[in-house]
Amino acid sequence: MKNNNQNTILKTEDLSIGYRSKKTETSIASGINLTLNKGELIGLVGGNGIGKSTLLRTLTNVQPALKGSVLLHGKTIESYDNLTLAKVLSIVLTETIASKNLSVFELIALGRQPYTNWVGTLTTADANAINAAISQTNLESLKHKKCYELSDGQLQKVMIARALAQDTDLIILDEPTTHLDMYHKAYILKWLKKLVEQTGKTILFSSHEIDLAIQLCDRLIVMKTDSIVCDAPCNLISQGVFNNLFPDDLIVFDTATGSFKVKK
Amino acid sequence: MNPQKTYTVTFLILLLLVVLLFLVNVSLGSVSIPFSDIFNSFFADASQYTNKEYIIQNYRLPKALTAILVGSGLGISGLLMQTLFRNPLAGPFVLGITSGASLGVALVIMGSSVIGGVFTAVLISKWSLVIAASLGSFIVLLTVLIVSSKVRDTMAILIIGLMFGSITSAIVSVLSYFSSAEELQQYIFWGFGSLGDLQWNELAVFASIYAIGLLFSIASIKALNTLLLGENYAKSLGLDIKKSRLIIIIATSLLAGTITAFAGPIAFIGLAIPHITRLVFNTANHKILIPAVFLFGAIIMLICDSIAQLPTSDYTLPINAITSLIGAPVVIWLLIRKRKMVF
Repeated sequence: MKNNNQNTILKTEDLSIGYRSKKTETSIASGINLTLNKGELIGLVGGNGIGKSTLLRTLTNVQPALKGSVLLHGKTIESYDNLTLAKVLSIVLTETIASKNLSVFELIALGRQPYTNWVGTLTTADANAINAAISQTNLESLKHKKCYELSDGQLQKVMIARALAQDTDLIILDEPTTHLDMYHKAYILKWLKKLVEQTGKTILFSSHEIDLAIQLCDRLIVMKTDSIVCDAPCNLISQGVFNNLFPDDLIVFDTATGSFKVKK
Repeated sequence: MNPQKTYTVTFLILLLLVVLLFLVNVSLGSVSIPFSDIFNSFFADASQYTNKEYIIQNYRLPKALTAILVGSGLGISGLLMQTLFRNPLAGPFVLGITSGASLGVALVIMGSSVIGGVFTAVLISKWSLVIAASLGSFIVLLTVLIVSSKVRDTMAILIIGLMFGSITSAIVSVLSYFSSAEELQQYIFWGFGSLGDLQWNELAVFASIYAIGLLFSIASIKALNTLLLGENYAKSLGLDIKKSRLIIIIATSLLAGTITAFAGPIAFIGLAIPHITRLVFNTANHKILIPAVFLFGAIIMLICDSIAQLPTSDYTLPINAITSLIGAPVVIWLLIRKRKMVF
């Protein structure tokens, strides 16, 4: 293995995910062993209802693991308090923000909250981080616009800029390409790839754009009912992982082009 | 244009308006008193006050100060509620805080007839009304908070707030059926709202509790701004949601609770002032909004009170009616002009 421990940002050990109510335990997936390394773009793919969101919720400490552990920088994620965690891990969710009356700049500036004082005053360091995030995302022209004036694609970029301003080693995005047209789906994912190369951050995102993810990601996590595998896209293709990802009555995976085709 | 600079100018204009309206408010009334007498009254010997000086020092000044506290406090508590519940319709009145205070007061004023004995030992002083109103509003707000932690739907929370209002008015009806005419009249007069009943010592207590509520509000500025993203994002930014929510709720119940206790249930201000402020300042940043809402609240309340006085006549209209009559059209006009209600 070429990556040593120092490069490991997040690691799961024999992780079981699912929901726990008072009496019953509903396990969605178990025995998950993943490693996310520094400077990688990792895609999480799988069918609807397979548990992608549950996995992301467990990795971000929104819901507890049923078994096993999530290690962030070698420490279990439960041992982080909210504020320390906010300096290591930032998230972009599918839900829309509560108030769209914020300006683009104000929204991105909120990414600095873990670092600012009790009333949220921005220091020079904060302003630098915000401006860096804005220039990395090419949002200068939209800086003073209100969020309700933005298109879905623009708002998604702003939300990612906010995560960048939070200056964390790991950014986790839940389906960043939903509601976007084909061009903007490719645009956002390509641009995530560029961000990883420029900033050395680790980005994990879930997506239904398997074709695009195969072309752009360093590694892919493929969730199936019976197994979870994580490897470089070309290895996954040669192992035939995608062949039985979906029921084969409608679409089939074409190994030559690395994409799904509708059955004629 | 530098937004910071325009804010400073707007703030100066608003501050000037507050001072001006304060003087106008003190000057107008059943007898008009020129501005010069207002200044002179501060230097007069308290034992040798002329009639006008007496009116200014013991009636009009406390009333104008009460107007400022009531307007600004209700505005700020409305702002806090709208951000916390992510709902532009939220306000102390809609969420049942005012209803809770009313119930507390109704129980103290009219409860003695029904329950008997328990309250008769306690004199129905202003203080018992104040305590009852504060407790009532705090209990209702706490219930709304517990419910809101179980129910994720904010619309449901608002409906629950309205239900509390219905329960309150039902209990008040039952109480009023059994109570004497005098008690009923006392409760109805309390319901009209009044800014002019406070003595200096009462005003001091009012202002102290108000100040604590204001401090809690200022302490919540960062949390409120973070909450604009929604609770999940706020948590991911390191915010302790439970603690922040509790501080915001305490701030609101201290402000809205004491105001309702000392000045009666004042309608409309808590809902409207934050919207007027947002439309004028065009920002969602609470660092700007809290001081701006303070000034707007004070301005609107001073105007309403000056109108309620019916200058040069002996009549005083219920302040509660004036706030709605003056304020509601303002909000309608602003919304038609801007065509949106964002928060």
